[in-house]
Amino acid sequence: MKNKSLKLLLISLLAISMLLVGCSGNSNEKAGGEGQSSSEGEKKDTLVFGRGGDSTSLDPITTTEGETFKVTENIFETLVEYGEQDTTLHPGLAESWEVSKDALTYTLKLRQGVKFHDGTDFNAEAVVFNFERWMNGNADDFPYYTMFGGFKGEEGHVIESVTAVDENTVQFVLNRPQAPFLKNLAMSPFGIASPTAVEESGDKFRENPVGTGPFKFVEWKQNDRIVLEKNEDYWLEGFPKLKQVIFRVIPENSSRLNALTNGEIDLMDGLNNSDEATITGNDQLQLIERPSMNTGYLGFTVNRPPFDNKLVRQALNHAVDKEAIIEAFYGGKAEVAKNPMPPSVEGYNDEIEAYPYDLEKAKELLAEAGYADGFEMDLWAMPVARPYMPEGMKVAEVIQASFAEIGVKAEIQSVDWATYLDKAAKGEFDAYMLGWTGDNGDPDNFLYTLLDKDSIGSNNYSYYSNDELHDVLIKAQTETEQNTRNDLYKQAQEIIHDDAPWVPLVHSTPLLAGTSDLVNYLPHPTGSEALTKVEFK
Amino acid sequence: MFSYTVRRVFSLIPVLFGMTLVVFAIIRAIPGDPAQVILGQKATKEAIATLTTELGLDKPWYIQYVDYIKALLTGDLGTSLRTRGPINEEIWPYLAATIELTIVAMIIAIFIGVNAGIISAWFSNSWFDYLAMILALVGVSMPIFWLGLMEQWAFSIELGWLPSTGREDVRNPITAITNIYMIDTLLQGRTDQFVQVLQHLILPSLALATIPMAIIARMTRSTMLEVMKSDYIRTARAKGLKMFWVVYKHALKNAIIPVLTVIGLQTGLLLGGAILTETIFGWPGIGRYLYDAIGYRDYPVIQSGILVIAAIFILINLIVDLLYAVVDPRIKYHQ
Repeated sequence: MKNKSLKLLLISLLAISMLLVGCSGNSNEKAGGEGQSSSEGEKKDTLVFGRGGDSTSLDPITTTEGETFKVTENIFETLVEYGEQDTTLHPGLAESWEVSKDALTYTLKLRQGVKFHDGTDFNAEAVVFNFERWMNGNADDFPYYTMFGGFKGEEGHVIESVTAVDENTVQFVLNRPQAPFLKNLAMSPFGIASPTAVEESGDKFRENPVGTGPFKFVEWKQNDRIVLEKNEDYWLEGFPKLKQVIFRVIPENSSRLNALTNGEIDLMDGLNNSDEATITGNDQLQLIERPSMNTGYLGFTVNRPPFDNKLVRQALNHAVDKEAIIEAFYGGKAEVAKNPMPPSVEGYNDEIEAYPYDLEKAKELLAEAGYADGFEMDLWAMPVARPYMPEGMKVAEVIQASFAEIGVKAEIQSVDWATYLDKAAKGEFDAYMLGWTGDNGDPDNFLYTLLDKDSIGSNNYSYYSNDELHDVLIKAQTETEQNTRNDLYKQAQEIIHDDAPWVPLVHSTPLLAGTSDLVNYLPHPTGSEALTKVEFK
Repeated sequence: MFSYTVRRVFSLIPVLFGMTLVVFAIIRAIPGDPAQVILGQKATKEAIATLTTELGLDKPWYIQYVDYIKALLTGDLGTSLRTRGPINEEIWPYLAATIELTIVAMIIAIFIGVNAGIISAWFSNSWFDYLAMILALVGVSMPIFWLGLMEQWAFSIELGWLPSTGREDVRNPITAITNIYMIDTLLQGRTDQFVQVLQHLILPSLALATIPMAIIARMTRSTMLEVMKSDYIRTARAKGLKMFWVVYKHALKNAIIPVLTVIGLQTGLLLGGAILTETIFGWPGIGRYLYDAIGYRDYPVIQSGILVIAAIFILINLIVDLLYAVVDPRIKYHQ
């Protein structure tokens, strides 16, 4: 009996293996054949977008994570929209707007005849519903709503009231002027959702998004794919061009490129700079550049000696060869940074002179600071690739070598990303590498968020605190005259440049790649864009 | 046998219980705040504080542990901190994807490994033996990462035979029933999709099979060599019995027991250790589910995910132990 079971086991094993080998043999040929016929067939209308990570939620207000917005930009629309490839303001769900003289009342005229994907009407009541929902929440549920200074009842909350004046007019009354108010309205998290769907789905709305955008949500298979289909009733005549968009998760950059080359996906983000030549050398593929709106930097925790000494920080600023780093690790696709914010953001101070790469000057400054023999420090390298820092560890090695030449012995350390952010927020690093991609193209989103004393404990990982800077930044927040604001921000950049809490390293140009028949894909500097006009040749 | 099985199953309870405690302690010892990670680099202090409270992470650890165990006893694996979804529902598609991949990988590993081992042993010190054992050595030491990318380059890009990533062609998606796609496509009578599933399985399962295949080959070879020196094999060969029958009817039965142990262990290892393969091939399996969870400090998912894998691992070992008795009648499990 037992002999028989063993035999049975072995034979069945053999049979399964044979079957498998047999099947795979046949299928190989078929795979090739099918692939060819489909590529020669009619015009493609499904776009497969390969990316590195999955969304965490499809209700954009519930997250701050970029991967989410790549999808939700297509499902939801905001009242005001950014330009196709910049952060200028354009009509969105609101066709026009008026701002009162005191900059406290915003009256928006809404687009008529727009419907949500569930067939309900978009109108002023829907806008009020969305804002009421957000402002009655908390920072945990709606983290980005803090762009409006907090929630209902909180001291800093900017929006006093939102009212529907009539079916197509909505009015915002503010407690105090907020200069980037309209720019904030255009941010992906403030996409207007269908009130009916929000009420019906409740907590499940994050998995069943309903907006007015060019594509409707169909399916989300976690860590694998998100499927969207064309919104046939989209208000913009003749758009979207595609029938279907599928976002696929392929974590590894090289595998994603393999999938693109093999035709499994049509578009990918997170292309390694080192793979640029592979794309340009293949006539089936095209290289796509995302306009730059980021800063990669080396920060010092300025409450730790010797980094509490301005001269030391300036010395180290002289000791980083940014050009060499860009040449080696960004394939030249980046710009040397001299300010904490990129030149594409209004208010950029181009008159500031960067600390030149000058080791002698660095040594002098160190000696002046009392560290003629140098010192030892930890240099924390980013463990993950980000557009502004594709190869953190290698960049750290270059910096380490330069520092060694001025007698500063840097030991490179790294740890996983979660721990990294945790330690950074707690100010546990001597020096660390990090970066930032702008949310709304406003200088406040760089300077106040990253370097004001109010931001210590959240994004001011340098623990840099300067009262003069604080006054300037707060003044700029409430000032609505753009030229005056720009002057204030220029002044702020001077203060920061002199204090040198960071070594600003680069403003990188993130790379994407697509098949060569893909047209009208315009990547947006904020990192996400709707695929309304994209089509295949 | 039955009472043995029952006893073994019951003895799993303290083991799994101990595991929950160890895993619970370890993941809380890792620095990194889940609230911070979930909300991202751009979160405010207030948001982090609120989320910490909402997630119950501000409670003392022993209360968190008791809550966790209480829920476990009712069959509730918890709620993911990141997706806010129940893990009971979330985990199966991932687990199914990995199980499917592991089964195919193990079939390949066992079929090729056992046979290569047998042939090597039979023709020991021949060129085949040397070649097979060198390959096995290479197989054990090959980084899966590199192997996976090379496979993609060779079979997808250069030859264009096989897809390089994913479980299916997303432009012709499969309707999931059990989430084990080989079964789902057959249930729906979609042989075209069944073939598609197999195509997607080949490269990742080959990559995953490499190490166990090599280990199984080496193990089979050494135990076969041992067995073939024994008298009864000599007799069988002297009788003029064909090689096939000597090996598969007489020798393998005695040689297979240590190999079975290895197979059991390797299967368990593959289940939990498929992270690299799953990452390279964009395979939405349990390895990646756990890996992401660790990155996000998604405590409930890490706890429950490891628990589920451990339970399966222990179960496989139980099955292997029981198989011993099936394979070798001399092994008996008494009270």
